[in-house]
Amino acid sequence: MPRNKEIKKVLVIGSGPIVIGQAAEFDYAGTQACRSLKEEGIEVVLLNSNPATIMTDKDIADRVYIEPLTVEVVEQLILKEHPDSVLPTLGGQAALNLAMELEENGFLKRNNVRLIGTTSETIKKAEDRLEFKTTMEKIGEPCAASLVVESVEEGIKFAEKIGYPVVLRPAYTLGGSGGGIAKNRGQLVEILENGLRLSRVGQVLVERCIAGWKEIEYEVMRDKSGNCITVCNMENIDPVGVHTGDSIVVAPSQTLGDKEYQMLRTSALNIISELNITGGCNVQYALHPETFEYCVIEVNPRVSRSSALASKATGYPIAKVAAKIALGYTLDEIKNAVTKKTYASFEPMLDYCVVKIPRLPFDKFISAKRTLTTQMKATGEVMSICDNFEGALMKAIRSLEQHVDSLMSYDYSHLSEEELFEELYVVDDRRIFKIAEALRRGVSYDDIHEITRIDKWFIDKLAILVEMEERLKNEPLTPELLKEAKRIEFPDHVIASLAGKTAEEVCGMRYANNITAAYKMVDTCAAEFAAETPYYYSVYGSENEVEKTAGRKKVLVLGSGPIRIGQGIEFDFCSVHCTWAFSKEGYETIIVNNNPETVSTDFDIADKLYFEPLTPEDVRSIVDLEKPDGAVVQFGGQTAIKLTESLMKMGVPILGTSAENVDAAEDRELFDAILEKCGIPRPTGGTVYTAEEAKKVANELGYPVLVRPSYVLGGQGMRIAINDHDIEEFIGIINQIAQDHPILVDKYLQGKEIEVDAVCDGEDILIPGIMEHIERAGIHSGDSISVYPAQSISEKTKRIIEDYTKKLARSLHVIGLINIQFIVCGEEVYVIEVNPRSSRTVPYISKVTGIPIVPLATKVIIGGKIKELGYTPGLAPEADYFAVKMPVFSFEKIRGADISLGPEMKSTGECLGIAKTFDEALYKAFLGAGIKLPKHKNMIITVRDEDKEKAVEIGRRFERIGYRIFATRGTAEVMKAAGVKANAVNKIEQESPNLMDLILGHKIDLVIDTPPQGAERAGDGFVIRRNAIETGVNVLTAIDTAEALIESLEHTNIRKLTLIDIATIG
Amino acid sequence: MMKAFLILEDGTVFTGTSIGSKKEMISEIVFNTSMTGYLEVLTDPSYAGQAVVMTYPLIGNYGITPDMESRRAWPKGYIVRELSRIPSNFRCEGTIQDFLEKQDIPGIAGIDTRALTKILREKGTMNSMITVDEDFDLKEILPKLKAYVVGDVVAETTCKESYTIKGGGPKVALMDFGAKDNIAKSLNQRGCEVTVYPAATPAEEVIASAPDGIMLSNGPGDPKDCTAIIEEIRKLYETEIPIFAICLGHQLMALANGAKTYKLKYGHRGGNHPVKDLSNGRVYISSQNHGYAVDASTLDASIAKEAFVNVNDGTNEGFSYVGKNIFTVQFHPEACPGPKDSGYLFDRFMDMMKGAR
Repeated sequence: MPRNKEIKKVLVIGSGPIVIGQAAEFDYAGTQACRSLKEEGIEVVLLNSNPATIMTDKDIADRVYIEPLTVEVVEQLILKEHPDSVLPTLGGQAALNLAMELEENGFLKRNNVRLIGTTSETIKKAEDRLEFKTTMEKIGEPCAASLVVESVEEGIKFAEKIGYPVVLRPAYTLGGSGGGIAKNRGQLVEILENGLRLSRVGQVLVERCIAGWKEIEYEVMRDKSGNCITVCNMENIDPVGVHTGDSIVVAPSQTLGDKEYQMLRTSALNIISELNITGGCNVQYALHPETFEYCVIEVNPRVSRSSALASKATGYPIAKVAAKIALGYTLDEIKNAVTKKTYASFEPMLDYCVVKIPRLPFDKFISAKRTLTTQMKATGEVMSICDNFEGALMKAIRSLEQHVDSLMSYDYSHLSEEELFEELYVVDDRRIFKIAEALRRGVSYDDIHEITRIDKWFIDKLAILVEMEERLKNEPLTPELLKEAKRIEFPDHVIASLAGKTAEEVCGMRYANNITAAYKMVDTCAAEFAAETPYYYSVYGSENEVEKTAGRKKVLVLGSGPIRIGQGIEFDFCSVHCTWAFSKEGYETIIVNNNPETVSTDFDIADKLYFEPLTPEDVRSIVDLEKPDGAVVQFGGQTAIKLTESLMKMGVPILGTSAENVDAAEDRELFDAILEKCGIPRPTGGTVYTAEEAKKVANELGYPVLVRPSYVLGGQGMRIAINDHDIEEFIGIINQIAQDHPILVDKYLQGKEIEVDAVCDGEDILIPGIMEHIERAGIHSGDSISVYPAQSISEKTKRIIEDYTKKLARSLHVIGLINIQFIVCGEEVYVIEVNPRSSRTVPYISKVTGIPIVPLATKVIIGGKIKELGYTPGLAPEADYFAVKMPVFSFEKIRGADISLGPEMKSTGECLGIAKTFDEALYKAFLGAGIKLPKHKNMIITVRDEDKEKAVEIGRRFERIGYRIFATRGTAEVMKAAGVKANAVNKIEQESPNLMDLILGHKIDLVIDTPPQGAERAGDGFVIRRNAIETGVNVLTAIDTAEALIESLEHTNIRKLTLIDIATIG
Repeated sequence: MMKAFLILEDGTVFTGTSIGSKKEMISEIVFNTSMTGYLEVLTDPSYAGQAVVMTYPLIGNYGITPDMESRRAWPKGYIVRELSRIPSNFRCEGTIQDFLEKQDIPGIAGIDTRALTKILREKGTMNSMITVDEDFDLKEILPKLKAYVVGDVVAETTCKESYTIKGGGPKVALMDFGAKDNIAKSLNQRGCEVTVYPAATPAEEVIASAPDGIMLSNGPGDPKDCTAIIEEIRKLYETEIPIFAICLGHQLMALANGAKTYKLKYGHRGGNHPVKDLSNGRVYISSQNHGYAVDASTLDASIAKEAFVNVNDGTNEGFSYVGKNIFTVQFHPEACPGPKDSGYLFDRFMDMMKGAR
């Protein structure tokens, strides 16, 4: 059936800011879908509040709205743009929920807009717990015994009927927010109360605990004629009990026979047919490890993280095909983009093994519980491909960039036997390392399996890796042994340290014996058909099949690896745009990356894609083969920057700013010399290695001081210290990982924080705009609200900033991008940080100014001059719009994480507010971040002494718009004295009713709690903030943020927003 | 670990590790892309006379389960990237290593099966040898490889005597040309009483037993070689008994009606082939294992209408015989291994038998 000709203009809804459980995979899916729609001549209107995405680019859609994802906004947008259809299945749960609301309130029907991709009945059948269960019962698909409850009492009654433990799953939440396993009544009450609150409809599913069963997923596609296929199945190495997003996953399944495989496949097809899904769908199963009994855990009637993984694992572009199906095509009409010979109606066959490992944020939230549960905690993931499981696992481990490169990377050798067994019971991100230690000590597979429920097949694979460690330690390193170690992907330096050699010796031995990586193609069909897709993975001991290419100049673009706090999707935006720009300039482009969620690892972005770890050794193997004319590192975040030195050693020219100059910006002494030469002031400070040195420097400078390691992104390990005790604690934490570079201790200045991104061609610079942070210095720039154009600095200061930027860029011989952060105290401008590379703000500032910074920087890198490229050097004229970038956090997902903001970045994503007025932009930004006020018009204020004066004024303004204020005694008294009506409440440790009761009573809209500076973490503030976040209350921890919020609330009406098509800017 | 060598007719030699029997073998070599179901592949009689390459690199993960599709393993050789060191499955009864030894099948592991598959894809199905003799002489071997022919493998694989699987429903005569057990099982599960006949059984004997339907099974080898069987099938065609045929059975029925068959370059072997039902446009994912196909243009449209085609390459996948209760498919609705999507065809056959009664 050809496509439905009535569909001419489609509104695609994106997934909004990146949060845990809803991340870059939706940029990948959305971007692919938009391109797929445009290919068909459809006019695409895009709505997504996330400015860091590639999908919100004017190259991707015809009309681009970076506006909050609320029902009111979608309604206004539909009235403005008159699309005939809405496609909601590519924007995750966020888009699906919006579509449901619009359908339920009748808006779509009234305005003659159809939902394509899926129907609201389908969404309801799949998402509503009760309807889902009924549907499954109807077609005889088993679900675990369960009941949807709307009250705690009901939950207790049911749980006690089916017996503990029980699993709790709130309806309509993403990433399993608020869910968990309860082993007894106490836990049940705690989790259930919370889950009921977080659910959009106040429903929680209580179900039989199937923890320990195998967790298997199927990705299925169906068209409107009813044709269905499975794209891929996946097996979680961690059995049921760990969210699939936090599990190590292998594709295809490894321990299922054809009987089990086909049984579940048939079930998945039955389900997608009964739900009448048109597009992609993910079905999750629990399979009893010792019988054929299975349960359907969940169905996602849309593309998901798993479908992004399945697309990358197989080469089958699920989102693209889903978009075509939404237009009415059937699977047998859609060409397979990989083989160009087969059609989308065939099932991919793998001739390799894929391993995915989640990237968990415990290096950021050191106080957080590492335990993995049914609530997802990972911020991102890595994938690797190899022709054996062991190798795929080893490659994935080192792709994580968490200082792990083998099963020895976490040392448990100091534990007693008893302690080790106890550790094996703990389900966390280090479990495979503990199993490895158990294997080293000869613990039986049976014992390990009994405790972990991990299948023995996987345990044996870990044992093979452990045995190789032993062999390398004990046997002479023969070429045969080396070959075997490389086959299972031991890195040279690990082999070297085990064999008592240097990495160079091992590498030399490899080359001497011709033990080098070969590359194989991901072709969807196990070589059955010839494919042209340049999508490769490495293996040892095989024949290379990468086609030699010559003619064009070759550039290697290094990606940014897994998404983590501090290095997010922005860098993928930069990598992709840089690749496209090089391509336009006639280069052959090669991307190396290992993140399955991103656009950059879509096989049609670059001329060649190598899905590989981003370590020097892995990159060198690619360089040996491809011999690129140059590499760009400035777009791939710290991951790529860290490879600079190695690339130079391999003889690959670094395109753009040279390595020495990147170093100069990071090296304190070199950098100080440059500043001095340019006459630019910076906060005084010093470099140290030990706590003693740090205390000395700090006392000379006077507290507070800023302490941080060099060469990090996202302010990792950065803290404000107010006394010697803090210094000791912070330096201790930093030095847990051996530091190659000194630690920096600087005077902490509390001024306005200003940020610029600029392009420099060696002589001239172009600054698209100056951004100002609403929060004062001390809060990481990634966690601050950023405003363009800067609001509160004078014209003169702007000129100084322009001047300093130019001087710094020139002195550092920047060719390409530079990002500088300043502090402005009065009229004094200090430089606090310089990064001669792309930054987090690049996508946002590109979009709001209309200046395509990345393509421009790319052209400069290959020799273009700003003047010749049609731009006037210097600070560009301010755009007609105000733009506010708002950080978005995922604190509710990470139990035990402190939510107070500081110099170390904690946000996972961002959204944008863009408008003709500052207040409206700010309002939109808050709205986009999910702060939708007022609701109950009750708030709590508890602030540190320094903030009391400001808090009074903020309180007064909230009171004026109808808020009832609760405050701790000290704050309340100050307020009352100033004539603001504040109700004093007891602190937590005092008797009820106290602050905690208020928060748990669910009538509070907002908590303003500014913690005192320093290492203090426990105590009142921490508990209040955690409880507020976990019960879904908005919490602001900086007084400036609170001021901005009231400012925006005073002046804006949600029903009268002006929506702006950013495709018209610039 | 003993070295083993895989030698192809074109002179390519792969060196790997010996698995299974150490005996030398010469046979045709084909590849199968299924990711699960290695045991069903090994025990599918259609592989008689052939060595099978598994394109999925990790084989033996769940060991040997009670899922054999016939009484023994049939391939002459077995080629894998890696055999799992231990199997893990609740139904596991043994390792694939032991199974290959017991079944006396020589094999080779540790070779680049993808490179091998690409050769077979580019140059087409050819003959091969597996040997553990390190001193092999290519000059001597290659002519032997070229001379190898698969031969009369149907006679080798079919049952020696007829037997009956009890059931209370329609009586089906299953002509065993090298049948997979799940064909009989699929009928029996639907209530049929299935009598399995050796391939060479005269049509008269089958007709005399007055079956409600006749099932023509899958099987190995070149369909054109089965001249005697084709004659018998022609006689079955002439009756009014409903007939359902799979794979080789489908080809033989076409040949019995004057069609021509040809050898595919490298065949279809795997569980992911899309076939389109031309009566309603629906596409099903099918299990396939065939090296030959019917040239649909050689079968008169007044005799049979093309019922199924392969979505990938447009080759014929089934016929519906005009004015007859006969339909035939090239693929395997009995699955095992592979998807069960086309299992509904057995229901269609049941309906046909009911309607004819």
